[in-house]
Amino acid sequence: MADITLNRLAKVYPGGVRALSDLDLTVRDGEFFALLGPSGCGKSTLLRTLAGLEEATGGSVHIAGQDVTALPPGDRDIAMVFQDYALFPHMTVHENIAYPLKIKKVGKGERAAKARETAEELGLGHLGERRPGQLSGGQQQRAALARAMACHPRVFLFDEPLSNLDARMRLEARTFLKKLQRELGVTTVFVTHDQAEALAMADRVAVMESGALRQVGTPTEVFRRPASTFVASFIGSTPMNLLDGELVAGGGAVRVSGRELPVPDGARAHLKEGDEVVYGVRPEYLRWSERAVDAALSGTVSVVENLGSAHLVTLECDGGLGVQVVVPEEHEPAVGARGWAVPREDRALLYRDGELVGATPAEVPA
Amino acid sequence: MSAATPRRPADGRDPVRALLRGVGAYLLVALVLAFFALPMLWLASAPFDRRPGITASLPDFTLANFARLWDNPNAVNSLASSLVLAVGSAVLVVALSALAAYALSRVHIRGRDGLLYALLLLSSIVTGTAAMVPIFLLAAELDLVDSYLGVILVLTGGLLPAAIFILKDFMDTTPRSYEESARVFGASPLRVLRDVVVPVVRPGLATVGVWTVAQVWGNFLIPFLLLRSPDKSPAAVVMYTFYTEGGQPDLALISTFSLLYSLPVVLMFLFVSRRYGFRLHGGIKA
Repeated sequence: MADITLNRLAKVYPGGVRALSDLDLTVRDGEFFALLGPSGCGKSTLLRTLAGLEEATGGSVHIAGQDVTALPPGDRDIAMVFQDYALFPHMTVHENIAYPLKIKKVGKGERAAKARETAEELGLGHLGERRPGQLSGGQQQRAALARAMACHPRVFLFDEPLSNLDARMRLEARTFLKKLQRELGVTTVFVTHDQAEALAMADRVAVMESGALRQVGTPTEVFRRPASTFVASFIGSTPMNLLDGELVAGGGAVRVSGRELPVPDGARAHLKEGDEVVYGVRPEYLRWSERAVDAALSGTVSVVENLGSAHLVTLECDGGLGVQVVVPEEHEPAVGARGWAVPREDRALLYRDGELVGATPAEVPA
Repeated sequence: MSAATPRRPADGRDPVRALLRGVGAYLLVALVLAFFALPMLWLASAPFDRRPGITASLPDFTLANFARLWDNPNAVNSLASSLVLAVGSAVLVVALSALAAYALSRVHIRGRDGLLYALLLLSSIVTGTAAMVPIFLLAAELDLVDSYLGVILVLTGGLLPAAIFILKDFMDTTPRSYEESARVFGASPLRVLRDVVVPVVRPGLATVGVWTVAQVWGNFLIPFLLLRSPDKSPAAVVMYTFYTEGGQPDLALISTFSLLYSLPVVLMFLFVSRRYGFRLHGGIKA
């Protein structure tokens, strides 16, 4: 059982830069956990602090109930795969895989057998005598994974595991990594700046911004109900429409760009007339209509982007507001045409002061 | 050339002209090469000549010069001396500069680069003739006159700044993730240095080692100054004794000895360059 518990974990660099501020987080045993955020948000620092490569300046890290905050990296029983894989260029693939075992003073014969076996498992059997420089990017990644697996750690840490692969390899590696993690069942934390990667691979995602956790949840939760406008704009391959609005008399509707849209159910109890809010709805959750609809945003089509199986249409509303709508392929509108975007009521969200209105306690990290 | 002028094809159309041009170019290159190769030619021919002069000529073949040199008590000894000094200094310079360069590359100290440049500058200005007297006095105080150790220490001191400078560049280009990766697996700092850093920067270490050997092998002043007994003198100093008291050079001995003196360094270069290929990746940055 190797769960990871962070308790008010803080990291302040000597210059006074606060990389992590008092993080509380639990990664469950066997979980595939993503740390997601823009560059400079502290996600890599957090991963390196878990590894012991950075020293925490406050709080604690527990792995499987054991306080490892002050332990050096080698005593934490973890394995890390670096962004550049960090395969030793002067060793063969087999030697690389066997290196952690060599440090742990495993006998030569056993070491070689284990290295061969692990390489075989990851489909590197025929490449054992090659040097890392003679491998493709994907093979290098698998060699690095094999090296991490060979010593059977309690926790895997991956730093941007896919960023050094080209686009096609990345998709393959994503599926491969997810399958491998499921099979091994080892608690795994990985860092990424790519929201699609995090949503696709992780069991749960922590979204970080300037050293703090903004939301922790399953990919579905984080995608459907972002806890703040920051998370809303960060998650999703097409960013969420965030439109300034105001609650009209009676509190039953929000006025956005002169149109009245119904208030989502969960938010109604928390609002009063005149409140300034941000109306959030994903382009995927807007239904396109060529005929006038009452509770809908209306405007003229200014840009049509082809997404393959659908179109991303930018609707210029009255008052200059831009709204993006995903339109199915059979309804491609012409530029300049008039159109209506109808929000799906159960997917629309309201934000006040950047925070989700009516969020449950579980959605907002302490 | 304007577009209207008919252009001649560069080659193929006028074979005689092309041939003449080729011959001319090769002739010129051969002449220039010969000019620079003359001293080498002399070095290759004079030792085998019965009466060598200061010009390169077809030798009146003999091996007597080698026999004469063999009988000279200091000549053979001096090559051994040179070897001791060169290898001793190379080991010290490589070991110390590797540790220093590693530390300087990994630990950020305020004014580190300034310190390195100052050391480099001072070491190239102050050693040698300018520091002759203080070095001798210092060695005398430390009881290091007429000992190999004294010469090795002085030479090492002079070469270290440049060696650190070269090696630091090699260390800088080695990704930190290599070391961190080894650390996560539980390797101690010394183990990281031995298993990861040293093998990765091996071409750099080889470069510095070869460079040190060549520098020490050719150094005349420091051993001349510090080694008093003739039987300890290295080759560069002994060569100086092959002049008569009137200042006339004994060309037979000098050329023969020069050949023997140059061969080890040439062989070493060939060996190391084949082994490590002198990948000066990184190089010396300005």
